[in-house]
Amino acid sequence: MTQLRIVIVLTLLVTWELVARSGLLYRDVVPSLLAIGGAVYKLLSSPDYYYHLGVTASEIGTGLAIGGITGLVVGIVLGANRFLSRTYESFLYYLGPTPKIIFFPIMIMWFGVGPGSKIAMGTLSCFFPIALSAAAGMRQIDKVLIRVGRSFRANSWQMATKIYLPAMRHPTINGVRLGLGVAIIGTLLAETKLSNRGVGFLIIQAYSLFDMPRMYAMLIVLFVLAIGANALIGRLGGLDSLKRA
Amino acid sequence: MTAAAMARGRFVPFALGLGTLAAFFVAVEVLIRLNAINRYIVPMPSQIALAFERVILEEDIVARFWLTFKEAMIAGLMIALVGISIGVLFYRFSLLRRACETWVAAMASAPTVLMYPLFLVIFGRSMWTIIMMGFVAGLPPVILKTIEGFAGTRRVLLNVGRSFRLTPVQQFVKILFPAALPTIFVGVRLGLIFTLINIVGVEFLINFGGLGQLINDLAERYDLAGTYAAICFVILVSVCFFVFTERVEKWLRPVD
Repeated sequence: MTQLRIVIVLTLLVTWELVARSGLLYRDVVPSLLAIGGAVYKLLSSPDYYYHLGVTASEIGTGLAIGGITGLVVGIVLGANRFLSRTYESFLYYLGPTPKIIFFPIMIMWFGVGPGSKIAMGTLSCFFPIALSAAAGMRQIDKVLIRVGRSFRANSWQMATKIYLPAMRHPTINGVRLGLGVAIIGTLLAETKLSNRGVGFLIIQAYSLFDMPRMYAMLIVLFVLAIGANALIGRLGGLDSLKRA
Repeated sequence: MTAAAMARGRFVPFALGLGTLAAFFVAVEVLIRLNAINRYIVPMPSQIALAFERVILEEDIVARFWLTFKEAMIAGLMIALVGISIGVLFYRFSLLRRACETWVAAMASAPTVLMYPLFLVIFGRSMWTIIMMGFVAGLPPVILKTIEGFAGTRRVLLNVGRSFRLTPVQQFVKILFPAALPTIFVGVRLGLIFTLINIVGVEFLINFGGLGQLINDLAERYDLAGTYAAICFVILVSVCFFVFTERVEKWLRPVD
């Protein structure tokens, strides 16, 4: 299987290089692997890139924190109360699949053209999957655990921190992973639309200058970072040990 | 529980949900009229409601809707044809599936929509950039669900086919594909949802196309009430599409 994967990757790389050298497409639409490799090296050795990456990371982190906490609270409330769930959860369920980028003009009006609107986009994007995962997680908590907490006369805070959150760790972590993915997309799309800082701004700048190797390099690095962040959250949440158990 | 109690049980939450939404709009209207909320940032809900008629009549919303719908259908057809074909291929060759399935799953979670500047270069500022972005976003769930559908076919059905000495093609057409169809449809539905989200999003980003471009256009003209009305319209279209596909899925998957 590993050998087949290596063969597939090598075939794709060779095909890419042949298309790049063939002249079938406009020169920079498919740049050579050497040009892309050089662009990746230049990108990763540029201090400017890390400044923009820091801006984007802080926007995503803040959006995820705000959207994650509010989503978790709303999810716990809806999951704990059947009537509230039947009344309001359908709003989250049906609004979840709408494209959040269409709200960006409103975010600009409310929060300005700076990092505020990008954080707001990240918050709005990640709120829905986290809230829905938390609500589903609450409903699948073993009733015995809840009764044990009540028998010890635990207050709401103690119930939430010692019973609910530990018991629903798996669905919550999965919700946060989903939320991180959409927060990254929402924040970066907002930066490509209107910003003068951040990785999204650099991608659009590369497009405007038709610097295709640099654009490919940024997309490759971005994909690797996004997949890495997703895996890290899964690992920090202890999903591997849960799966093994 | 009596039928009346069950009906009340369904009606009361629904009515309360709608009532809460209405109360929210009334509260916003009052706060704007009292100048507690800046009316140049948040238009009054009554203005937004009145803007619906203007947006529908003056902004050619029917044509825009059909353009977005056409883009979504072309992309949907492509994801169904290509996704199901790749899924069948992966099911047929298990080594290929074991090698590539995790990559397909990774592609599903990767931010592929950020490649839109690249697609702009390849396809130009045209409908095809939007369609291809929708295609790339919607393809992975179709592939994964197709594999799942075929792999989940009950063994007894396959054995019945073998007992009738069906050829591989007959086995596929008469047993495998019909058995896998409900799961394949779940994949196509998920794929269509991702496709529609990306299509409207990319229309907005590149300021080209149907409904997404309308929002961008109205926002750039600072037609606040129109912008909010257009956003509400897109949400309505998205919700209706989601409900419709959910109903079709329930019809295809009767309760086991």
